[in-house]
Amino acid sequence: MENIKRSDLSPKQIRQKKLHHTVRRIKDWGISTGFLLPSLAGVMLFFFVPFAMLIVMSFQKSATNSSFVGFENYKNVLTNDAFLEASENTAVLSAIAVPLGVLLSLMLALILNSKIPARSTFRSILLTPMMVPVASVVLMWQVFFSYNGILNGWLVQLFSLDRIDWMKDELGQIVIIFLFLWKNLGLNIILFLSALNNIPQEIIESSVMDGAGAVRRFFSIRLYYLGPTVFFVTIMSLINSFKIFREEYLLTGDYPYGKLYTLQHFMNNKFQHLDYSQLSTGAVIMCIVMIIIVGILFITESRLDSGTEE
Amino acid sequence: MDQELRKQRRKQATLARRNVYKETPDVSSYYSSLSPDERIKFVSRARSVNAREMARRTLKRRIFTVIGVIVISAAALLAIFPIFFTFLNSFMSSSEIDANYGVIFQSLPGGSQGAARFLSMRPQLQLIPQQVSAEQYSRLLFMTPSYLFRYWNSILLTVPIVAGQLIVACLASYSFTRYRRKRREILFFAYVILMLMPFQVTLVPNYLISDKLNLLDSYASIILPGIFSTFSIYLLTKYMRQIPSAYIEAAKIDGAGEWQIFAHIVMPNCRNAVVAMAILLFIDYWNMVEQPLIMLSSDEKRPLSVFLAQVNMDEIGMAFAACALYMLPPLLVFLRGEDYLVEGVSKAGIK
Repeated sequence: MENIKRSDLSPKQIRQKKLHHTVRRIKDWGISTGFLLPSLAGVMLFFFVPFAMLIVMSFQKSATNSSFVGFENYKNVLTNDAFLEASENTAVLSAIAVPLGVLLSLMLALILNSKIPARSTFRSILLTPMMVPVASVVLMWQVFFSYNGILNGWLVQLFSLDRIDWMKDELGQIVIIFLFLWKNLGLNIILFLSALNNIPQEIIESSVMDGAGAVRRFFSIRLYYLGPTVFFVTIMSLINSFKIFREEYLLTGDYPYGKLYTLQHFMNNKFQHLDYSQLSTGAVIMCIVMIIIVGILFITESRLDSGTEE
Repeated sequence: MDQELRKQRRKQATLARRNVYKETPDVSSYYSSLSPDERIKFVSRARSVNAREMARRTLKRRIFTVIGVIVISAAALLAIFPIFFTFLNSFMSSSEIDANYGVIFQSLPGGSQGAARFLSMRPQLQLIPQQVSAEQYSRLLFMTPSYLFRYWNSILLTVPIVAGQLIVACLASYSFTRYRRKRREILFFAYVILMLMPFQVTLVPNYLISDKLNLLDSYASIILPGIFSTFSIYLLTKYMRQIPSAYIEAAKIDGAGEWQIFAHIVMPNCRNAVVAMAILLFIDYWNMVEQPLIMLSSDEKRPLSVFLAQVNMDEIGMAFAACALYMLPPLLVFLRGEDYLVEGVSKAGIK
């Protein structure tokens, strides 16, 4: 091919070339922005712009009275007992449920990845709960966990213990965590399984030859390759742990007992009273907290990545 | 280096090479020092040690497998049990349900009337109905239209959201895949953050804008934010970025326009991911509770997911059938598309 140097061209040609280049860049940008446009418009309209309005609102006295009050709303919300309790409950729930979910699903994935019969059947079965609407199984959970339910019946009959009020006590949290795990383990297992399958087999084999046992193999090789997946699974579980409200609401209604009262209940009740300033402030606070959590997760992930790359 | 020295070294090396063959010592080991009889003994002893070691290993592996199978089976049983339970119970007659579980629902709020009748009873877990009857289904389908209306509501809400979000998300993730400048990446990051936000946060702005646009208490207030939700954009973009760029470049050289690349190269390549997304979205929105609770104030517009929990108490006689019918569509979708789901989700999740 003919090799054209810049100095061979006349100034006019250079100008033409530059123009051509610019036109193409603009065209590229235009086309790809065109593809993005529907989504961008919608996201702007339904998420970003109203969120900006929210931030403004969180500094105003109320929806009708738009005088600037500084951080008063924040002070109100952050000293609100219901809000504090709700966020504590939510945080505790996520802090227990998410790591537990990651560990359990990793364990099950490792078992499924070893040579056991009927692996794909087990995988399908474990994935099924994900596809069951919460409302459908709530009935069944009620049959089991309510005060006169089956579980208490067994406790009385088989172990002659006293009945436990599962939905009222701190035990309620255990039930909710169980429901969370029931629903979400399947997806995590799938993610871990595919990551395990992607580990280069040669490395495992050579480590076996070098005399590494199963435990050593897991911690030194597999865990390294699983790193990004652990991160992804943690994030997905975190998102899902906020959706646990569905179960709670369907099981216990608007105002559940102490430990089960989560942020979504708080917001719901604020919606019912149309308390805009509190709502917006609560949302902004939660948004900030979420960004901090996710930021920490991202930073840890990139740290881990750069630390073990060599 | 000195010429002389080099010559000397070469000579030495040649000698050394020759000596390799000369100086190889006789193979004299413990084994060769044995007499033929002893040799046979030695070999058989080594064999038995080997065999014992192998047996030990096999046993160990088998024990691990058995433990693994037990754990997995327990997990699988737990996973599948509620589904079976609901389906099997949906074929009981109403009176049977009442006899078995009546006591449970009397203690719940909303069902306190006539509690005394059940006080002495114990709940009984029954899996196989004594008499298979379709009574629940016939009552549900022909005598209580409210369930059917709610069912229809669920469909009306879910289908447009899934279809709309997929179309919007495919276009957007194509754009995020093809055009990767700094500002665009920042926008993508904003999308990711938005995806990670729990409902508790995103519902407030949604509510606000629906209020401003006078959409409250209409389906648009749920469908429109649903369509523009960014969850599927994140996963689809991750998937699309794994398509080899050589495909796209080749098409470009052949003169394909941007739309042609999108429709004929990229879309067919991420069919799995799109199907997987469709399944995930379908179950997610079929399942939604938060949005209808807040956006829809009139009860008759709410989908079955919200309605089911409220009705359970009074009409447990047919609640099981309603639950079974409600979980049927997602389960069917899952059975059809499980492989796509596994493939699509796992490929997007790895990288």
